[in-house]
Amino acid sequence: MKVLVPVKEVVTVDDAFEIDGTAIDERYLSADLNEWDDYAIEEAVQLQEDGVVDEVVTVTIGDEDTEQTIRQALAKGADRAIRVWDDALEEVDLLDVGAKVAILESVVEAEEPDLVLTGVQSGDDSFGATGVALAEAVGTQWAAVVNQLDLDNGADVASVHRELEGGMEELTDVDLPAVLSIQTGINEPRYASLRGIRMAQRKELDHQTLADLGVETEAVAGDLELTSMYEPESESDTTVFDGSADDTAGQLAELLREKGVAQ
Amino acid sequence: MSDILTIAEHRQGELRDVSLELLTAGAELAEETGGDLHVAVISGDVDAYAEELDREGVDAIHTVAYGEEFNHDVYTQAVTQLVDSIGASYVLGANSVNGLDYLPAVATRLDVPLVTDVVGLETAGETLTATREMYGGKVETTVDVEETPAVVTIRGAEWPVAEGEGSAAVEAFEAEIDEDAIGSSVNGFEEVAGGDVDISEADLLVSVGRGIDEEENLELIEELAAALDATMSSSRPIVDAGWLPANRQVGQSGKVVTPDVYIAIGISGAVQHVAGMKGSDTIVAINTDPNAPIMDIADYAIHDDLFDVVPALIEQFS
Ligand SMILES: Cc1cc2nc3c(=O)[nH]c(=O)nc-3n(C[C@H](O)[C@H](O)[C@H](O)COP(=O)(O)OP(=O)(O)OC[C@H]3O[C@@H](n4cnc5c(N)ncnc54)[C@H](O)[C@@H]3O)c2cc1C
Repeated sequence: MKVLVPVKEVVTVDDAFEIDGTAIDERYLSADLNEWDDYAIEEAVQLQEDGVVDEVVTVTIGDEDTEQTIRQALAKGADRAIRVWDDALEEVDLLDVGAKVAILESVVEAEEPDLVLTGVQSGDDSFGATGVALAEAVGTQWAAVVNQLDLDNGADVASVHRELEGGMEELTDVDLPAVLSIQTGINEPRYASLRGIRMAQRKELDHQTLADLGVETEAVAGDLELTSMYEPESESDTTVFDGSADDTAGQLAELLREKGVAQ
Repeated sequence: MSDILTIAEHRQGELRDVSLELLTAGAELAEETGGDLHVAVISGDVDAYAEELDREGVDAIHTVAYGEEFNHDVYTQAVTQLVDSIGASYVLGANSVNGLDYLPAVATRLDVPLVTDVVGLETAGETLTATREMYGGKVETTVDVEETPAVVTIRGAEWPVAEGEGSAAVEAFEAEIDEDAIGSSVNGFEEVAGGDVDISEADLLVSVGRGIDEEENLELIEELAAALDATMSSSRPIVDAGWLPANRQVGQSGKVVTPDVYIAIGISGAVQHVAGMKGSDTIVAINTDPNAPIMDIADYAIHDDLFDVVPALIEQFS
């Protein structure tokens, strides 16, 4: 069985930042492996260690700088990686769900995995929709927000728990092949070991362009246009306690006594 | 004129609040476009749901009686057929776990744009402008969609629930459900373990988030909880890491709490966390980041390092 894990490098923003047009000024940005994808990688690698899966392949849409993040996934146990990038993608302001799916669809068609494990959402644009949209595009089954996965060797059905709202889980059987979006907490993602990091350097990291994949440039232009970005206005009139930690703790202590919740 | 179709959501025999919030969002859009507001309800006791959904501003209710509970294959088939049959320009659904389990498939099947987790909506001519957040709520953005139809999922609790009785026409919609295309089956539900402590009963919650950094540091928060005689709760990453049991998690997938005072320590205030604690009487945030989204709902805030403030606070009570 082959598993494909789309891995995204997400943008994280410093505490203080400035907005420049429809983007945050680059000085305030860093990059990280998407939190949800870390759990998806771990789930795939564990299935491989259990002998259910033979190969774990990752796919990332991103420029050369994302290779650092891709190596993290390889160091955690993925076998090889595909990176898709193209000048046409450089120009795109907001890579929406349709655009991501257009790219991932062609990778799925080339790789023919039995299982695709995506993260539930990405920490930066949080569309939360790529996994399910991809499943529909490639004509397989799916399940969103999976926090438990039971899959036996050679099985053609995956038994999953889907985490609903309010402490409730749905127990569902999904025919394979399928795309599952993986929720945090499903496992305990490992740290990349030194040995893993060394081995990752030798693993295959294949760069593909849109043309290589047969994806039209128009397909990645997307349907959504980002028109503005701003800091949200605070709705509450928050009282900010100022001063040293002793001062602020004193003011908070007074408040808690006033409210009658502490003596 | 653009017609709007909202899709109701229910679970285990009850309509979820967001179904009525969708009506408000839908009615506002219908007002702007001059179109009709259609509502669809699929599976379960659709007639009883239809009665509840008949609120002011709703023009038509379409019932699809098929199965009991949500099944994404059934919903995807029924909704795509309804969109075609009504000729709806905008499909509005919930940005819920189930909404995200079928609406992306609907958008893909119809080959139309999808905007998720929307907190504001406006139309002008052929353009739909949606407001959504990025980077964990640090910034808000507007995105324009020029095409119709388009599928939109709205965030819960952003629109008020629709009130007022309506006089909508209720019609059974005969969706053609292809059973061979149903590739998943729901076998039941399970409640996540309760456990010894019920955080929803507490008057004072000391709640800790990822800002605590390491499991050992939790001792500091335990000490604070002891000094204040408070109950300890947390955001999700603390539970995911196995540092606290699941019954301590506040939020969308955890517990809803309404204490007199909620002290959020090193918690950013992601929407799924806020969903569980925004009903607290008084919210206090201790966070180094003055721009963290938790500050939007905090009544009192300390913009400082928890490792300085918490020991000083413990000192105040010993
Ligand atoms: C379907 C779904 C369901 C979810 N359900 C839930 C749920 O029920 N509950 C929940 O909580 N989350 C839930 N989440 C996860 C949610 O999106 C966030 O990832 C999570 O709430 C973040 O937790 P946090 O605030 O502790 O961590 P972070 O977002 O990492 O925030 C940590 C905060 O600590 C601050 N900080 C760091 N160091 C210090 C310091 N020394 N002193 C003071 N402050 C400091 C930082 O400035 C930051 O604001 C769900 C997500 C999804 C997709």
